[in-house]
Formats: sequence, structure tokens, C-alpha cells
Amino acid sequence: MSFNLKDILTPFTAWSRVVKEPVTIKDPFTREAAPRYRGFHDNDVQLCIGCGSCEAICENQAIDLVPIEGVEGIETKSGDSGLRPSIDYGRCCWCALCVDICTTDSLRLTNAYTWVDTDPDNFIFTPGVTPKDWYEKEEGWRKPGHGYEFYSHERVHMEELHADERKDSFIEFVKGYSAEQAKKEADRCVACGICTATCPAHMGIPEYIKAVRDDDMEHGMKILYETNPLPEICGRICTHKCEDVCSVGFKNGSDPLSIRWLKRYIADQIPADVDKYKDMLGTGEIAKNDKKVAIIGSGPAGLSAAHYLALLGYNCTIFEKLPQAGGMMRYGIPSYRLPYDQIDKDVDYILSLGVDIKYNVNVGTDITLEQLSKDFDAVYAGTGLHLGRSTRIPGSEHENVYQSVDLLRNIVTGAPVPVEKKVVVIGGGNVAMDITRSMARLQMEKFGEVNVIATSLEDEEHMPADREEVVEAREEGCTIIPGYGPQEVVITDGKVTGLRVWKCLSIFDETGAFNPKFDEADERIFEGDMVIESIGQGMDLSYLSEEIKSKIEFGPRGRILVNEDWQAKGLPWLFIGGDIIEGPDVIHGIANGHRGAQSIDKFLNEGR
Amino acid sequence: MINKFLGFKPDEKLLPSQTVTEDTEIDLSSHKYQKIWLGPNHPGVTGNMAIELTVQGTTVMRAKTHVGYLHRGFEKLIERRLFVQGFPTSIRMCVAEPDTNEYFIARSTEELSGYADAVPEYANWLRMLSLEMARLAGLLRGVPGQGGTFALGIGVQWGVYLRDLILDRFEELSGARVYHMYIIPGGVRGALPDGFKERMEDNLRDIDDFIIRIKKLMFHNSVFKQRAKGLAVITPEMVDKYGIVGTNARCCGVKRDVRKDNPYLYYDKLDFDPPTATDGDVYSRTWIRWQELIQTVDLIRQIMAKMPKKGDIRCKMPNVLNWKIPKGETYVRLESGRGEMGMYYVTDGSDKPRRINLRGPSYNHAISVLEHMLIGQDVADVHAIMVSLQTCPPEIER
Repeated sequence: MSFNLKDILTPFTAWSRVVKEPVTIKDPFTREAAPRYRGFHDNDVQLCIGCGSCEAICENQAIDLVPIEGVEGIETKSGDSGLRPSIDYGRCCWCALCVDICTTDSLRLTNAYTWVDTDPDNFIFTPGVTPKDWYEKEEGWRKPGHGYEFYSHERVHMEELHADERKDSFIEFVKGYSAEQAKKEADRCVACGICTATCPAHMGIPEYIKAVRDDDMEHGMKILYETNPLPEICGRICTHKCEDVCSVGFKNGSDPLSIRWLKRYIADQIPADVDKYKDMLGTGEIAKNDKKVAIIGSGPAGLSAAHYLALLGYNCTIFEKLPQAGGMMRYGIPSYRLPYDQIDKDVDYILSLGVDIKYNVNVGTDITLEQLSKDFDAVYAGTGLHLGRSTRIPGSEHENVYQSVDLLRNIVTGAPVPVEKKVVVIGGGNVAMDITRSMARLQMEKFGEVNVIATSLEDEEHMPADREEVVEAREEGCTIIPGYGPQEVVITDGKVTGLRVWKCLSIFDETGAFNPKFDEADERIFEGDMVIESIGQGMDLSYLSEEIKSKIEFGPRGRILVNEDWQAKGLPWLFIGGDIIEGPDVIHGIANGHRGAQSIDKFLNEGR
Repeated sequence: MINKFLGFKPDEKLLPSQTVTEDTEIDLSSHKYQKIWLGPNHPGVTGNMAIELTVQGTTVMRAKTHVGYLHRGFEKLIERRLFVQGFPTSIRMCVAEPDTNEYFIARSTEELSGYADAVPEYANWLRMLSLEMARLAGLLRGVPGQGGTFALGIGVQWGVYLRDLILDRFEELSGARVYHMYIIPGGVRGALPDGFKERMEDNLRDIDDFIIRIKKLMFHNSVFKQRAKGLAVITPEMVDKYGIVGTNARCCGVKRDVRKDNPYLYYDKLDFDPPTATDGDVYSRTWIRWQELIQTVDLIRQIMAKMPKKGDIRCKMPNVLNWKIPKGETYVRLESGRGEMGMYYVTDGSDKPRRINLRGPSYNHAISVLEHMLIGQDVADVHAIMVSLQTCPPEIER
């Protein structure tokens, strides 16, 4: 091999580096990591709701959700599981998928990266709770943005009839999801289960949403019926407390899942065939026992109790005052929101389980409660709130001042409903919206134009009605003017001509009691030929005889007190549920109907 | 010559015959042979791998590659995880150049779920940038590392410093220095930070300077030349027989490069020509990698100039927790720093992959090629040959 002198000398040029400044960092421990560095975890525990998405996505199972109850300085809130992520740094690989999926954006990685400790157990810690000095660092890994999201924040749009098409008709205007839409919507679920905890009936929401994704409607129905025997109804008019706490919709600009519409989607896929239902739910043959239970009222609580008692083999008889089953669901909710055939679909199945129902029987007059207690082993009362409440303002006793519950019932039974050219509705709740929109439809039928004004004490933000109800009412031509308190029904020459209102400044006083304050200077008169009051309903407990009343206990505002088994305090055979105890809404009725059934079962089996 | 000078006369009977081949008979009971284990814990071995050498004198008579020292079942681990959870595990299959494996997982899932065309353009450019940066980081260690196997340590110091600068850029782009976890199904996990291009250009200028210095240090170096030239020659005939890819194939004139032959991402929009050599020895392999160093720096400059200024970094995809991919299979390949790599990916309609198989170049290079080429070589050259093949043991035991 030949030696080239150049090849021997050239490598010595490396010596030129001797005079260069060294490139090493003298003190590596103070080196600041990049602003995006994936270092140690921090969690804003006040913002975090403990949804557990971080735990679900952690590929190393490094994250466990631990209870934080009792930790000083941390309060859990509504829609909060009460858990917070704890991380095992023996397993963590700092991939930050937990940050990227975090539904509340509370979890982040700081750019701190050195931690020395002598106790290995310390490396399992709860970010945000265990004190660490890196929480003050602002920099570190957060969600990247720029179109980067792990689930869609946008709800799949629900098709509805246009306001022009629906405002003169009582046909259902929410069209329901197609299979493709339902699957797309169901895909957004992170299965945190906060909805299940919040739902009064504790429905298995993530499971039935999974059934939608898997296109397994029969399985979905089974899950629905485990806790809720009225899926068609609830799928339309439930107050969806689950959606209020849905972690997917937690952030501003994020929509919660359409849990209610997905429930409706499942129920809608099964045809109205009682035998098919029985086949699917495995309720074809139920072993009957010899116990009898009387149920007063066929509303959600009564039907729910009847369903679960029938499944347990009890012989149930429902006593219904009105000619058809459903209670407020049929006689209080307009059919454009809840069509009657859907009520029948749910009710028919419950009745097919061997539940007997007697229509047009008024307990208290046609048959006494004492008689029921003798004929039956237990009595369940879910009689609901069917009496309208009056504002008791001057002029409210005029014959052209109506109660919304009465009018809504008359619309269903076919009794004459007075419709005037100009209508004023007092109230800002869902029932007020129901009567407002029903009156608008009746006006369209009669006059071809809508002129309804609805007013509420609460301002726009605090109106108790569902937001979409207010929006849809406006779309249909109704005028909603929130924030005014009624002072007087204006009567001219013996006729109602309007409602005088004052601007409402506050509704509750410092003690939290109902004591509205008005600005008298801001006075308006809403013109109207009739006024409808819709400020809430009261219960009609006239079926309780004086003797029974003397035995049971009453709480504030005349509510019957019940124990944890839903038994009236003082009368063990009388079980109470529905709006007269909780609510008012459908899902609470269904929930305590279910629990009432379990309690009756426990009561009738005691000592066996 | 030295033996003659010292008057030393070795016992010719104890030395191997001049030509040692795979067929040379070895009688271990003759006491003429010795077994040496090179690795698994040896600073000269690239990763946890061992070579069982049978030597006579200092001549290697037989070589056997042993693996199994770092087997963690990466493929099986990924098969038990959701599609989105795959990439943090995949990067363990090659620590030096992890981005390639992230790309495989992302690209395979996108192809099988029908999102391959939905990935935003900006994200694809960023993917290419991170792949080239990973190649550059690998070369900055690999080129001077070859000198290191001949005890030329100074170049390694220079290279590792510059590699650290590239890791700094990785740190600000992806949030980590080594395990970047940057390429995710649907796109990437971060836009280009402000001022990134300027800082990168500063680093590239340092690397330009380094390229000249390392040329003087290694390629105008009589010792390096004497040791590397003619050592462990790969002939064009061996390429197909052993499945040799990448720089190991290009060193003997077989011009194969997936970026050119089967362009992926936007490599067809870049102007480059893979370098080749003819000799096929350790020297020419190193020489090609040095030229690739120049080329990679140029490619990064081209990418930074051609990529869009901004855009979305990930396309809209199903909820990652509920993501199911229809039944199907695909093979995704790319040109890594060590040559063509590929991943076979099978899905069965569930939320996890049915089967994953990574085809890394080291499987052939470190087992069949290395075992073949070590025969007849001097023990002192074993490291050099192994490093020149750019073996990466985690790729063998996935």
C-alpha cells in the first residue's frame, strides 16, 4: 500500500479545534427545556372533572383515577366524578396522549425534566394535588391545536322540519338520526360515565352509545330497559341532565353528545311489535306470584313501577283518572314534541307484561285509598302535578286568564280550547314554551298568523326552559321577552286587553328566598286578549282522606315525606314517587318508579 | 515485517490457512481454536447483540450472531393496543431513528382506514422534515462512528455535539429529544415553531463546516484508508442473494433507494440523487454516508424552502378511543438511514391491529451478511465491519 504524505498530515488539522471554545454546557441542571417539551405532569384539579379519558388512552396503564374527597382546598362540582388522575412514573413514557385527549384541557406536561428522590413510591403522584415545584412553570406540552383533535367537538346536526313547515301543525318536527348520523354522533363518546352518574335513572349511557356504534340495536334496547322502560318517550322529551354534564361538551365551543337523540335512535329502530319486544328483552314468560300492587296514576313513575314490578312477578293494577295512559307525558306535552303513537309503543309493551289498567277511575271518589289498601298488598302513588298555579296578581281571576296545564290537557282530549288573536303567556319554563308554541299553532290554524308573547321573571340567560325550546319558539314566530314580572292583568270594559309588567331586577333576596325586585320605571304592557299562566304546577292530594293525612308526615310546601325506601312516613304500605316527590320531569319519575318497585319488592318479601 | 525484525518465527501449523471460507473445517477438540463472545455488553457493539466468534490466532473462522438480549415483543405490544397507542411503542424498535417507525404506524392505519389522502399537506411536509432530521442525526453519529471503530475518537465527539443540536431542534418541534412521538395517525403533533428555520439553518451551517473537517480527518487519513479500504467487500452479486439494501447496496454500485424508486410523501418534489460507489468495502460505505450527509443537509434546506408556511397538522378522524379499522392488510416501506424498511400491517375490523411485522434491514445485515463477511477477517476489524453495516439490534428482535 502506498503512503501519501498528504494523508498523513491532513488529520492533524483536527488540532485546530484545540483553540476553540468548548461546546459543552457547564451546568446541565439549569438548562431550560424547549417550550413544547414533554416533561412532568401538572393538572388544574379545579378544572378537571375526573372523566378518566386520560386513563383510557394511556398506553402503559400508568394513570389511575384516585378519589380526592377530603383533600384540602379542592372542591368537587356538579358533573365531577370526584376522581383525579394519579400517574406512575415507573410506567409513564411521556407520550402526552393523556394531554391530547383531556376533555377539559386541565392536564398538561410542564417542561421540567429533572426529579431526584430516594423513595421510589414518591414517583406515583397525583398531579396538581401532590405538591411539586414545577407547577409554576408555564411552558410545556399542551394540546397542539391547528386542527389537531382526538374526537369531534361538533355535534351531528339533527334534521328538523323548517319553522314554516311546522308552525301550523302538531306533527313531530325533529326527524331523528339516520344510521350514518347516529354512528357518527356515537363515535364522539369518550365513555367517561359521568352521564350515568348524573342521570337520575343511572342509565348505562356509554354502553348503549357503544351499541349504536356497533349497530346492535337489540343489545342497546336491553341496556335501555334495564333502567328505563320508556325509551321512546325519554328519547324525545327527557330533560337530558346527562348532556349538561357530558365531558365532551365541557369546553366552550364544544357540543355535548346528543345522548337523548341516540336513545331515540335505538328505540326507533325496533318496530312497534309487543312480541318482538318480549322476544328481544327475554320477557316472554314471567313467573307470577300472588301479591297484588295498586298503582295510582299512569305517568312515568307509575308506568316505571308497574314495569319493574311486573318483571318481578307482581300483579299490578294501575288506576288512571284520564281516558288514556301516560299522565303528563300525554296530557301535558304537545304532540309535535312527543307523538301519541310513540307513547302507545312504550305503554303497550308495559301493559303486555300483564299489567292491568283501569281508565277513568278517580281514586278518592270512585274508590278510596283505604279500599285499595285492603284489596292490595301495597299501593304506589305517582299522581303528579296536574293543578295549575296562579300568579294571584290583580285580574288573574278573570275568565280569560287560563292555566297552561288545563289548556294542554284540553288540546289532547279534544275539549274546546279558546284561541284569541293576541295571547300573553306568563312563564319561562318548558311548560310555558309548550303552551306558547301550541297556542302559536292553534293561532296559525285559526287566523293564519302568530301573535304570542311569553314573558318570564328570569332573564334570557337564566330562563329555566331548554335553550332549544326558546330558539325554536322564536323561529315559529312567538315573541319571548324574558326579564319582566307580571303586575296586573289589564281589563278594559270587562275584557282582557293585556298584561302590565315591570322589569325584574332580581328574583331572590339575600337569604335565597323568592322575593323579586322590580324596576317600576321600566313598565311595559303586553297586549293580549287572553293571558295564560304557566308558572309551575301544584299537586292534587285530595285522594288522601283526613285519616290517612293524619297518619303521614308532610314537609315544606305540602310535600309528603318519604323514607329512603320511598315509603310514606307513617304508612308502610303506601309508596310515593314521581313529580310529587322529585322533579318535575320524566326521568326522575322513571327513576323513582324503578326504585319504588324495588322497595315494594323488599317490603312484600320481608320476613320471608 | 515486524516479525522479521524481531526474529519471531510463529508456528505455521497453528495459523489458519491463507484462505478461510465457510467450508473450512474446524475441529474444536484440536485446541487450535478459541471462542470469544463479542458482546452483548461491549462498547463496540451497536446495541445489545452478541457475536460468538471462533478464532484461530486473530483470524475469525466462524461468526454467529446471537440476539435476544433486549426482546420486549414490540410487535405484540402494539397488537394489544389501540391504533392510536401504537406509535409510542413502535419507536423502541429503533432508538437511533425512531421517526421511521412512527411513520409506518401512521401511514398503515391511514391507508387501511381510508384516510391516506386526507392527511394535510403541511403535515406531510413536516413528516418528511422529521424523517430527514432523523436521518441526519443518525449520520452525524454514524459517519464519525466508523472512524471510532478504528480508534479515531475525535470525530465522534464532533458528530455527537452536532447531533445534539439536531436533537435540540427535535425537542422544540416534537417535545422530546430521542423518543420524538411526533408522527401520529392522521398527521403530526405540532406545527413548526417560530424561528425554527433560522435556528435550523444555523445548525446546518455548523454541519457544513463539520462535513469538511470530517473529510480531512477520515478520508484523507492514511490509517483509516489502510484499515478500511478493501475490508469486507460487498459485491453486486451478494445484494440480491442476501437482501442487502440502502447504503450497503449502493456502495457496490447497486443504486437502490425507495425515495427514488417508489416515492412516498413528497420526495418526488425534491431534487436529489442517491450517491453510489463501486468498491463495496468499508471505506466506500463510509464515503457514501459522508456524501449522504451532504445530501441530507441539502434535502432539509429544500424541505424548509418548499413547505407551506402554515396549515392543519392533522386531518379529522374518528374518535381515537373508538377507532375501528375494517379488515385489510398493507405493506408500507420507506428509505431509512440503514436502508429500505417496511411494515406489514393487518387489521381485522376491531379496534386493535391483528398483526404487525417490521422488516428492518438489520435483520439481514447483522445476521446473514455479517456472519458471512466476518469469516477470515482479523478480530480487530470485527467492530468496523459491524458498524459499517449499520446494524440496529432492536430491529431484529421486534
